Amino acid sequence: MAINCAMIGSGNIGTDLMAKLQRSANLNPVWMVGIDAESDGLLKAQKAGLKTTHEGVDGLIPHIEEDNIQIAFDATSAYVHGENNRKLQEKGVLVIDLTPAAIGPFCVPPVNLKEHVGEQEMNVNMVTCGGQATIPMVAAVSQVQAVEYGEIVATVASKSAGPGTRKNIDEFTRTTAQAVEQIGGAKKGKAIIILNPAEPPLIMRDTVHCLTQTEPDQEAITASVHAMIKEVQKYVPGYTLKNGPVFDGNRVSIFLEVEGLGDYLPKYAGNLDIMTASATRTAEMFAEEIENGTLTLKKLA
Amino acid sequence: MDLKGKKIKLHDNALRDGMHSVSHQFSLDDMVRMAVALDEAGMPLIEVTHGDGLGGSSVNYGFGKHSNREYLEAVVPKMKNAKISALLLPGLGTVDDLAMAVDCGISTIRVATHCTEADVSEQHILKARGYGLDTVGFLMMAHMTSPEALLEQAKKMVDYGANCIYATDSAGYLLPDDVTDRIGILKAEFGDNVEIGFHGHHNLAMGISNSLAAIEAGATRIDGSVAGFGAGAGNTPLEVMVAVCDRMGIETGVSVDKIMDVAEDIALPLMPTPTRIDRDSLTLGYAGVYSSFLLHAKRAEKNHGVPAREILMELGRMGAVGGQEDMIEDVALEIKKKSA
Repeated sequence: MAINCAMIGSGNIGTDLMAKLQRSANLNPVWMVGIDAESDGLLKAQKAGLKTTHEGVDGLIPHIEEDNIQIAFDATSAYVHGENNRKLQEKGVLVIDLTPAAIGPFCVPPVNLKEHVGEQEMNVNMVTCGGQATIPMVAAVSQVQAVEYGEIVATVASKSAGPGTRKNIDEFTRTTAQAVEQIGGAKKGKAIIILNPAEPPLIMRDTVHCLTQTEPDQEAITASVHAMIKEVQKYVPGYTLKNGPVFDGNRVSIFLEVEGLGDYLPKYAGNLDIMTASATRTAEMFAEEIENGTLTLKKLA
Repeated sequence: MDLKGKKIKLHDNALRDGMHSVSHQFSLDDMVRMAVALDEAGMPLIEVTHGDGLGGSSVNYGFGKHSNREYLEAVVPKMKNAKISALLLPGLGTVDDLAMAVDCGISTIRVATHCTEADVSEQHILKARGYGLDTVGFLMMAHMTSPEALLEQAKKMVDYGANCIYATDSAGYLLPDDVTDRIGILKAEFGDNVEIGFHGHHNLAMGISNSLAAIEAGATRIDGSVAGFGAGAGNTPLEVMVAVCDRMGIETGVSVDKIMDVAEDIALPLMPTPTRIDRDSLTLGYAGVYSSFLLHAKRAEKNHGVPAREILMELGRMGAVGGQEDMIEDVALEIKKKSA
């Protein structure tokens, strides 16, 4: 039996997520929530047979029990997430947060998904697209030896960055930097995001720079990076190592390209894919827990 | 060209754009000496930060010798008349960095985005206006979009609260007519409600001519740097600009003699290599590539044996924008792979 889900936010992320959930074996997308009746995402959801509302999360709340919604994905913005989360948790809905609000613990599936098993969490945060693309690499290095400083540069096509991302760009840099430390394992983290308007749009590019505490063990780091690439490829097939790891003193640089599946936006928007694929993978893990009884959803006042 | 009687405000960038030329390694003393001398010469506005602005210190752009706070705290109290500005690139610097700079006493903030991405500047411009700062929307790589599209982006920044808009020729690619079109359309829209500025680079030796074209079209703020101290072949050399303005009857309030001396006696000796139009910086202007890429490309040439010019031409073809310094090593490695 699949777990019924709602998507809050009918922008790029929410709409791409819908496609991923439709393919999932144990997640069932039931509701799509937006704030603009004419939005492309809501129209697509209606066409796909989902229930929709353009009245924000308040339009969904009265239907949660009757439709047995157990997992909600919030793809709105960091500013409204707090309020959305509160309303959903009152109804006992587990929230997967795709905004950079970071109320709940971070989840970067290939690095720490398993740590969330059995924790009875009601809100987990998916960091940012740049975080999902780069933190596995920081972790791949820090698993070999101590990383004094981790810095990531995420370059995305302008067309793939929606108004929410643009309006709250500081939340991207802050939340990503924090997760580079907490999940990537760097003692200090920094994140940079660049929007590039080139036509045809460029495929998402990410660069990861790590400064290791001692001279880098080139062989072990290279092997660890390649192994981690394979882990990410399990859910984002277009995740590729373009160049590196390049070693220069204590600097380790890794150059990545993330091509998406082209579910909603075309394949260049790997930033959408890695976010929605990570969220889907995370939700599937929780769905298994709900099904086998290791996670009981509780209403939080 | 009759510009007699026009009044403009010059804005020196040697202590910010010039940081690119020294890989962000000015000492506090270098900064203070140059800023004090510029102040004495009558320079009204001086920018001080890491080359990539607040939050710029990084592996990707180079770590600063000192933090932005240290630089600002050293320079601001020493100013008699000059005001100090800082640069902020959203996506790199945040409103927290802005708060720090305000705490240090800046009076002007320049919020810089790529010329088509103005909407990433909303939170920073709003915050800056809240602080009561002179708030400038700085539209970089202005050659990469049409004058009409540039105006649309400028309107967004003005809506957020910017009181001055710059057309920024980060690549030193624009020719005088291109400048006239861009500044002209901004001036036609905003009239006297919003100040218009121009930031030139000298990669095609157009710094002065472009700045004059900008003034003729209505710009009242002109960027440059003493001795051209800046990325690529440098910014519009301000001692030359001041002399030209003096001859043409444009009022700058800056002393010709004094700024010549700052250029010769203070700025020039601080340059690791003289700022000039070599084949690589000429390539920036010719191919429309972000001027700050220059030293990174030269380093990639040294490390990977691929000519800097070839790397820069490829970055131009790719449509790389400001901040994509990480692509330089990647492009060098790609070229190396292909030629192997």
